[in-house]
Amino acid sequence: MASILTNLFDGVAYGMLLFVLACGLAVTLGLMNFVNLAHGAFAMAGGYICAVLVNNSGWPFFLALPLAFVGSAAIGIALERTLYRHLYARSHLDQVLFSIGLVFMSVAAVDYIMGSSRVFIKLPAELEGQIDLFGVGIGRYRLMIVVICGLLTLALQLILAKTRFGSRLRAAVDDPRAAIGLGINVPQVFAFTFAFGCGLAGLGGALSAEILGLDPYFPLKFMIYFLIVVTVGGSSSITGPFLASLLLGIADVAGKYYVPKVGPFVIYTVMIVILLWRPNGLFGRTAAR
Amino acid sequence: MFNRRKMLLWAAASAVLPGLCGSVPAQAEDAVKIGLILPMTGGQASTGKQIDNAIKLYMQQKGDTVAGKKIEIILKDDAAVPDNTKRLAQELIVNDKVNFIAGFGVTPAALAAAPLATQAKIPEVVMAAGTSIITERSPYIVRTSFTLAQSSTIIGDWAVKNGIKKVATLTSDYAPGNDALTFFKQHFTAGGGEIVEEVKVPLANPDFAPFLQRMKDAKPDAMFVFVPAGQGGNFMKQYAERGLDKSGIKVIGPGDVMDDDLLNNMGDAALGAVTAHLYSAAHPSQMNKDFVAAYKKAFGNRPGFMAVSGYDGIHLIYEALKKTGGDTNGDKLIEAMKGMKWESPRGPISIDPETRDIVQNIYIRKVEKVDGELYNVEFATFEAVKDSGKTKK
Repeated sequence: MASILTNLFDGVAYGMLLFVLACGLAVTLGLMNFVNLAHGAFAMAGGYICAVLVNNSGWPFFLALPLAFVGSAAIGIALERTLYRHLYARSHLDQVLFSIGLVFMSVAAVDYIMGSSRVFIKLPAELEGQIDLFGVGIGRYRLMIVVICGLLTLALQLILAKTRFGSRLRAAVDDPRAAIGLGINVPQVFAFTFAFGCGLAGLGGALSAEILGLDPYFPLKFMIYFLIVVTVGGSSSITGPFLASLLLGIADVAGKYYVPKVGPFVIYTVMIVILLWRPNGLFGRTAAR
Repeated sequence: MFNRRKMLLWAAASAVLPGLCGSVPAQAEDAVKIGLILPMTGGQASTGKQIDNAIKLYMQQKGDTVAGKKIEIILKDDAAVPDNTKRLAQELIVNDKVNFIAGFGVTPAALAAAPLATQAKIPEVVMAAGTSIITERSPYIVRTSFTLAQSSTIIGDWAVKNGIKKVATLTSDYAPGNDALTFFKQHFTAGGGEIVEEVKVPLANPDFAPFLQRMKDAKPDAMFVFVPAGQGGNFMKQYAERGLDKSGIKVIGPGDVMDDDLLNNMGDAALGAVTAHLYSAAHPSQMNKDFVAAYKKAFGNRPGFMAVSGYDGIHLIYEALKKTGGDTNGDKLIEAMKGMKWESPRGPISIDPETRDIVQNIYIRKVEKVDGELYNVEFATFEAVKDSGKTKK
């Protein structure tokens, strides 16, 4: 019994992590209809920013996390203004080629600057080890991930549903022409959204270094997972990718625990079954732009 | 796929162009050329860098002239992609007329070059790749690194003798991982040990959590681990996070996981892991102390087992040339290398005259803190271990 709950908890933590990493992609792909395969590069940037701040400059981990967000968002907005916006109107193939090129450049650049070996972020002692909760082992670090990601999800949902910016974004997505006609600065809204998505990825990258490992190949290795989350979840809302991440995280952990021989395939099987059942994803609808 | 192909094309173009443009240099009669093929970029780059560094260090220390001939190293980067290795080896042999090919970060790379060494009748000195079959693929292959069978059988023997009865295994699902598992299992079960749980982890595994939980629930005395060097750190951290260290489950395995190169970054989670391997930077000989000090001074970090394999590889080439009096005939060089014995920073080693593979001491080591840094401290030695993994007996 205890190990079932521990597994469930590990699955939730893993899923939450996937969500933070991938929800930025859900935004660019689903809301802005831009195929950004370079999403993982922003996650990697966040991870390395956090690693350098903590390991080399001696910053506390919890202070470095927001910096990872801000740093990645800044890189995101710089690239959006200089490169990405020229490709919004281009075909998906152009976008794929452009963003995959960006991935290779980021891999080579990080390899050159930081070296190819894995980087670990020195964690404060209070995040190490497990807490024993009624016989259920709860990893402290994973607990922190669940808390941070849970709060983020809540905040995102509120921003989208309740704030003025949220309604502008939804309007810009539903019908960009009408939105411009109403005086909404659509490019600005998209730029901000893009940067925010990159920031989230950066935060996810910093959080995942401990669990997924951080090296220059990060964007390539995890691209597939981000895409799975977005395709399974459907890319029109935050709820879809969130539920998809949780489902995949739990299925992956459970599969690897109970049937380790076929464990690695479980996540893909779940994806195929869901896509056969609902080709647009759990909460899918066709993108507006 | 498209992009990889494009990258390869670029790499090919940039490798061929200088060959076409530069006029053929006057062949210096008294130069010996060594084509060094290593992964200098990509996931295996640390292997390539260590070997390259060690060779530079050796040539600094011993000079670049042997038996009246000047040694010239031509370094090529194959990024551990066997197709590249093959093409580069071909270019080196045909265009540059090298007398040796050396390096080879991964097994497929060493195998890709094997037929070329046979055809060209030049020695292929393998300085990293660790699968047993490699030396069987060409009579011109000599190895100065190690085989996985060497370390995995020894840790199996050691575990049985030291009160470890039940072991759960966690190995990455690729050729070296499967090699390690097979050889460990053979020796461990033959000695009366029991494997209670066997888990193969996918190579691109993001999270060890579910596998570790399974290990924990199986309650073994120890777990046998082999994951690619880069993942060792993540593994040890999650092992500690889950409290496996406190529940008395030891980590044992071949020493690749606890590579000196990475050990310090793993943090205290790695403390107490027992592994069997050919080299530790903490090996207590004077020769090793000098080697480590010189390497640290030149390159700013600690040498790992790959550096030592490179250091010994170039030493073997030097000695073979001395023995042939500078004759670069491949058959004579291989004859000279067979049975050669010398003292390496890792301890006494020799080249098995029958298999041309390395014979070396395997040390049992435990991760401990020495002067604030993590080291594999050796506490038991199995002397002159041959590779037991050859298919041709």
